[in-house]
Amino acid sequence: MRIMATELVKQARMRQRGRWVAVTAILAVLAAALCCAMLLLGNTIYPVRDVVAVLLGEEVKGATFAVRTIRLPRMLAGLFAGFAFGVSGYVFQTMLRNPLANPNVIGITAGSSAAAVFCIIVLGAGKAATSTAAVIAGLLTVLVIYGLARGRSFSIGRMILVGIGIQAMCNSAITYLLLIAQEHSLPAAVRWLTGSLNGIRMEELAVLLVSCLVLTPVIVLLGRPLQLLELGEQTAVSLGVRTDRTRVALVVSAVVLSAVATAVTGPIAAVAFLAGPIAVRLAGTARANVIPAGLVGAALVLAADLAGQFAFPWKFPVGILTGIIGAPYLLYLIVRMNRKGEL
Amino acid sequence: MVSSFMERGRIYPKTFFPVLLLFLALFVLGVIASILFGARSLSLQEVLGGLFGGGELYESSVVQKRIVRTVFALCCGAALGIAGVLMQAVTRNPLADPAILGVNNGAAFFVVCGVAFFQMNTAREYIWFALAGALLTAIFVLGIGSMGRGGASPLKLVLAGAATSAALSSLVTAVLIPRLNAMEEFRFWQAGSVGAGTWDSFSLLLPFLVVGTIAAVISAPALNALALGDETATGLGVKTAFLRYVAALAGVILCGATTAVAGPIGFVGLLSAHVIRALIGPDLRYLIPMSALAGAVILTVSDVAGRLIGRPGELEVGVLTAFIGAPLLIILAVKAKVRAT
Repeated sequence: MRIMATELVKQARMRQRGRWVAVTAILAVLAAALCCAMLLLGNTIYPVRDVVAVLLGEEVKGATFAVRTIRLPRMLAGLFAGFAFGVSGYVFQTMLRNPLANPNVIGITAGSSAAAVFCIIVLGAGKAATSTAAVIAGLLTVLVIYGLARGRSFSIGRMILVGIGIQAMCNSAITYLLLIAQEHSLPAAVRWLTGSLNGIRMEELAVLLVSCLVLTPVIVLLGRPLQLLELGEQTAVSLGVRTDRTRVALVVSAVVLSAVATAVTGPIAAVAFLAGPIAVRLAGTARANVIPAGLVGAALVLAADLAGQFAFPWKFPVGILTGIIGAPYLLYLIVRMNRKGEL
Repeated sequence: MVSSFMERGRIYPKTFFPVLLLFLALFVLGVIASILFGARSLSLQEVLGGLFGGGELYESSVVQKRIVRTVFALCCGAALGIAGVLMQAVTRNPLADPAILGVNNGAAFFVVCGVAFFQMNTAREYIWFALAGALLTAIFVLGIGSMGRGGASPLKLVLAGAATSAALSSLVTAVLIPRLNAMEEFRFWQAGSVGAGTWDSFSLLLPFLVVGTIAAVISAPALNALALGDETATGLGVKTAFLRYVAALAGVILCGATTAVAGPIGFVGLLSAHVIRALIGPDLRYLIPMSALAGAVILTVSDVAGRLIGRPGELEVGVLTAFIGAPLLIILAVKAKVRAT
């Protein structure tokens, strides 16, 4: 009897792990397919042979410029920024055990975006300085929000309210900075308020790529403690997690990821918020969903950007589309949490 | 005997007259500053010359424009000040404000649609769209915000408002982008500015301001009773549901009409209502007119500041009021009782 029970549990676990692996693989394939589409589609559609040749470093008349200078940076920016937003959103949502608690809603990306606008448009600073400033601003925002939300007793609800206020302030600061920099154009405003992949160049991407490649393994390694933190502070401690250290490491990594992505693309709306719940729904909770959340984020950004470029008679920046997709989901979530009495 | 009679007879809050005087003084200073300062500041002689003829044509036209703008800003500010108080009273929620609840963006979205899809050009044509948008958004946000256990809590309302606002502002931008050139002017409107005010837009706003104000003043005593709780209010003979509709509708009309003529300007109602409540207490019979005065002062002074900060251009007043008002939202959030952990 007992042996059968353990067998059953073991089988269920195997099934869940299998599902996790399968979903992750499918998401990776999907993201890769979207990447290919980003490279192939455009005003002129070049043969696959030419695109591959350009990527391998050969010169093909016409295709070289379109693919290497325009489409490749755009694709990489979408891929890595989406991944970064997805991972950082998942980390916050899991650690704080509330899907509303993500860098978008609590104002961290808005803080980073304001710092990036200040560096790029007002100071004319370089990429490294901009990313550093965005990271510092993101961490400061976290500290301010946490400090203010602690009050008499810490509450995530208060944290979200404070974050909404911070976001309103940062957005008005961004509008002001764009005004004094004589950049009062709609494209600039859209990029720094909702996010866009337009006109990104290869040399802007280095910091984002390096941060993703370094920090993703760190967060994956912390995946198990993260899952235990989701069970609650006491459970995590009794299972041997050094909660304070783990939290600090996770928050810093997540903020750095979202900040360096924001410094390149602007705060692409709702991705950090959507990716985590979608990944959990698809892959289950057999393992920490760090990689699936990142892949969902990347797929969302790439798909929304493709739709924005080609699905309509006009080109829409990616942040507008993700915003329109994300807001109804946010409302749905609020309604659901209200019904359950969680708010 | 006499003193107790006096006590009972004293109907004004203790601080009412000092606060009234203070804000009247600020009002006068704000009006003077609004006429003097701008992209090119004028001296007092130039203003007088422009007002009573005898000055040069240029100054006279500048003075005229600034007078219109000042009157317009005062009216918009007053309307927003009253709207803020009404929404806070109806929802019994200190965080209610047309911008925070997304009502401004609802009006803005409908206006943008009217301009883009129905070839509307003037505020006179799209003001009904703005009112409809404000009303639908208010119903939607209040509906979502009061679902579930415990009715409307600050957190629920603000979250529902923020999410709706985000959706609507994405939609506004999506409608604007294909019409970028035709609507460049509209982008400035979208940030909320009183700079485009004319006598025409003023005359358009005025009837709504009057109707909204009268409704607010009439319902003030009953709203006072509502503040004691629905059951007490019913016991005192107040038709609570009807009162809620009237007061909420008045608030929506005030902020919807303002949004139609000036664009979505946020946080003025939140600021004025809280400043005045802190100074003279929660009696709505005094709170409503005083908040109107404070709203007018806040908007006019912010407008002057925006002109000075943004020189040689100008910073839209909506951006500035958001920057001043958001910290108040944060302070209120820190103080608020929030359940979700």
